[in-house]
Amino acid sequence: MSQTMTTGQQNLSLTARYFDLNEHDHPEGGSTMLGFWIYLMSDCLIFAMLFAAYGVLGANYATGPSPKVLFDLDLVALNTAMLLFSSITYGFAMLAMEKNKIGATQMWLAITGLFGAAFLAIELYEFSHLLHIGATPQRSAFLSAFFTLVGTHGLHVTFGIIWLVTLMVQVSRKGLIAANKRRLMCLSLFWHFLDVIWIGVFTVVYLMGMLR
Amino acid sequence: MTSEPQAWSPIFGRLSLESLPLHEPIVVATFCAVVLGGIGLVGALTYFRLWGYLWKEWFTTVDHKKIGIMYMILGLIMFVRGFADAIMMRLQQVMAFNGSEGYLNAHHYDQVFTAHGVIMIFFVAMPFVTGLMNYIVPLQIGARDVSFPFLNNFSFWMTTSGAVLVMVSLFIGEFAQTGWLAYPPLSGLTHSPGVGVDYYIWALQIAGVGTTLSGINLIVTIVKMRAPGMTMMKMPVFTWTSLCTNVLIVASFPVLTAVLALLSLDRYVGTNFFTNDFGGSPMMYVNLIWIWGHPEVYILILPLFGVFSEITSTFSGKRLFGYTSMVYATVCITVLSYLVWLHHFFTMGSGASVNSFFGITTMIISIPTGAKLFNWLFTMYRGRIRYELPMMWTVAFMLTFVVGGMTGVMLAVPPADFVLHNSLFLIAHFHNVIIGGVVFGVFAAINYWWPKAFGYKLNVFWGKVSFWFWVVGFWFAFMPLYVLGFMGVTRRMRVFDDPSLQILFGIAAFGAVLIACGIAAMFVQFGVSIMNRDKLRDETGDPWNGRTLEWATSSPPPDYNFAFTPVVHGLDAWEEMKRRDVPRPTSGFRAIHMPSSTWAGIVIAGIATVCGFALIWHIWWLAALSFLGVIGTSIVHTFNYKRDFHIPVEEVVATEAERTRQLEAAGGAA
Repeated sequence: MSQTMTTGQQNLSLTARYFDLNEHDHPEGGSTMLGFWIYLMSDCLIFAMLFAAYGVLGANYATGPSPKVLFDLDLVALNTAMLLFSSITYGFAMLAMEKNKIGATQMWLAITGLFGAAFLAIELYEFSHLLHIGATPQRSAFLSAFFTLVGTHGLHVTFGIIWLVTLMVQVSRKGLIAANKRRLMCLSLFWHFLDVIWIGVFTVVYLMGMLR
Repeated sequence: MTSEPQAWSPIFGRLSLESLPLHEPIVVATFCAVVLGGIGLVGALTYFRLWGYLWKEWFTTVDHKKIGIMYMILGLIMFVRGFADAIMMRLQQVMAFNGSEGYLNAHHYDQVFTAHGVIMIFFVAMPFVTGLMNYIVPLQIGARDVSFPFLNNFSFWMTTSGAVLVMVSLFIGEFAQTGWLAYPPLSGLTHSPGVGVDYYIWALQIAGVGTTLSGINLIVTIVKMRAPGMTMMKMPVFTWTSLCTNVLIVASFPVLTAVLALLSLDRYVGTNFFTNDFGGSPMMYVNLIWIWGHPEVYILILPLFGVFSEITSTFSGKRLFGYTSMVYATVCITVLSYLVWLHHFFTMGSGASVNSFFGITTMIISIPTGAKLFNWLFTMYRGRIRYELPMMWTVAFMLTFVVGGMTGVMLAVPPADFVLHNSLFLIAHFHNVIIGGVVFGVFAAINYWWPKAFGYKLNVFWGKVSFWFWVVGFWFAFMPLYVLGFMGVTRRMRVFDDPSLQILFGIAAFGAVLIACGIAAMFVQFGVSIMNRDKLRDETGDPWNGRTLEWATSSPPPDYNFAFTPVVHGLDAWEEMKRRDVPRPTSGFRAIHMPSSTWAGIVIAGIATVCGFALIWHIWWLAALSFLGVIGTSIVHTFNYKRDFHIPVEEVVATEAERTRQLEAAGGAA
């Protein structure tokens, strides 16, 4: 009898050693940030390819206009300022979110969206000006690469704004629940990532273009 | 069909009745067969009232096991299509001698070899590999599902969407006539004005979204969801190779996405990335696509290296020889695979130093690969080897793959490559490694894990028939191509002048027929096994005396995989549990937290298919509408916050009681 008891206890401890008998539900979304980081890196690679294309083709003007003729650095500086401000204001939104202030979060998100829209408006103005003077994407490989690199960044900002509006609606409906906080964190990463890419665009395309 | 620019209407774009290839009798006959088969299938599903079941249990499922099985089915279906293309080419090439034009015109033949390559890589090998990883990885690491179950379902449907577009191109319009990588300027608007290249671009772009997302998903799953105690160096080798594969996917598929996007801008907007004039550079396309393309071949083979490791170890009854070196070899290959892309175009003329660099890095890759081969051989050495079907495929792989590897090293020598570039020698080489490695590996894996997925073993007799037809057929089909390549025959030729070559093409065609018998035997094997499933039943869940955690649960595993998450203390965790006679817990069950099914994946991918079709045919209103549909539906999906449920404890208790009964019936330790 006692023999069986001991074997039983031994078996139980063996089972407990090889199985997690007190398992609890895994917190939802525990892997989201890692997954989103990896996604951003894959997106970063797309930009890397566009930078590479610009690097290879950026001097192929095909007797068309060159950066010095086309770029207006003052305008681009203003544009850059809009995007950098929007990153700061997104940071304020995240600080407000940490303190669970829904109103302040929403306000800063809205301001971020407005800065983003201003950035896009200036970019579109620049593009329309270029198209107007005949510097179209079809004109030369340099312009193809320029419009694609800058345009892809602009497209990302556009999606960022759509996402931001969606999240503002979701925050107003559900409040700052864990799922919404996680989503705001992801958009935060995305938004700052676009800022970093823009620094690259500003340097490689505009500043170095003026030096050519 | 035609390659001439077509008329455009605002409603139908370039689409018109002319788009149907009615003047191609082969295509029309195929179309009729497909339509009749399709009507039969839809009728049967409706008659047996299976639509609801399919929708609820399969199409909308987020269960990694069911998604894995669906990937394998997709791969099998597309494999039949890809093989049909192969046998058509063999037939054409053996016929087109002595002034004969064969039976395929150039327009059709060029589509056939392009479709064969695209389908076999993107819609056969990739679904097979992704399906295997999907099914096995969560089980091997003791997880209940992947990290992002909805994305998993969505990825599958996006891959399927790409496959659908390729299939549609057979009957509406045409496919690309450019070869499987669509090099410009041939694939540019000037030389390919038709819809073929556009089908190619959008099929790959849509499937590529699925592949990238599934790569991210599996990386996060392996990093975050391993069972307690399973440190990185205690992961099963298949999980390790899967991790490296998915790192490669995430680090290379965006390159493909970008380069195809640039090609489509050239075609749709008129930009000058890859054109011959206005400063464009076609060679940049070749560079960029091979920066994706070379890692891609390791994406295909690495998981199968993992499969062979698991099988060799299981059927030799020993732990794997050199586990650590196997892991390091895998990681080395992962890194090196990014440093060799230029060996695909030594003839571009980059100069001696560049070619030397890439030649040497290519040769270096054979070192870790060789190390793996020795590890498998030493695992077998003094093992108690059981020559079951998976082990037979593994041995066939070792013999075949070594030859393919050595011809690869020959091609890595730039001066030799200048002679062999674009010849049938190259074709023989990569079929030697892809069939000998990936295809044999997939068949080994199907025979190995089928009992896990369905609860019964596959029929051995028909398996052996298939095996011998395949292996012998492979050697007949591809060895002549090595010879032809040495004689200077280039790839993608439709007709030949030199009658002395015909005999070699005859032998190759004979090999293809043998392979066809092998494929038929495999389907017979599946059919016979399904009919005799009660006789082949395995109640233990561990029919091969396996060593890793997927064998610790029942076959097929319950939805939740493991009632209690296993705790890992060493490599070969299940072998250790069996050796120490660890009793399976039979009480104290809890409700289990699981993700819920969702409609979103199939619906969004369905709209994406429409969007792709509209873009191909320049139906702009539909393209815009369906693109907004994709965005809108995705946003609607994010408003669903309730994405999980609990499997009630009573259900867990009942399932586990059934498992206890099964084990007792099988005479195993309860």
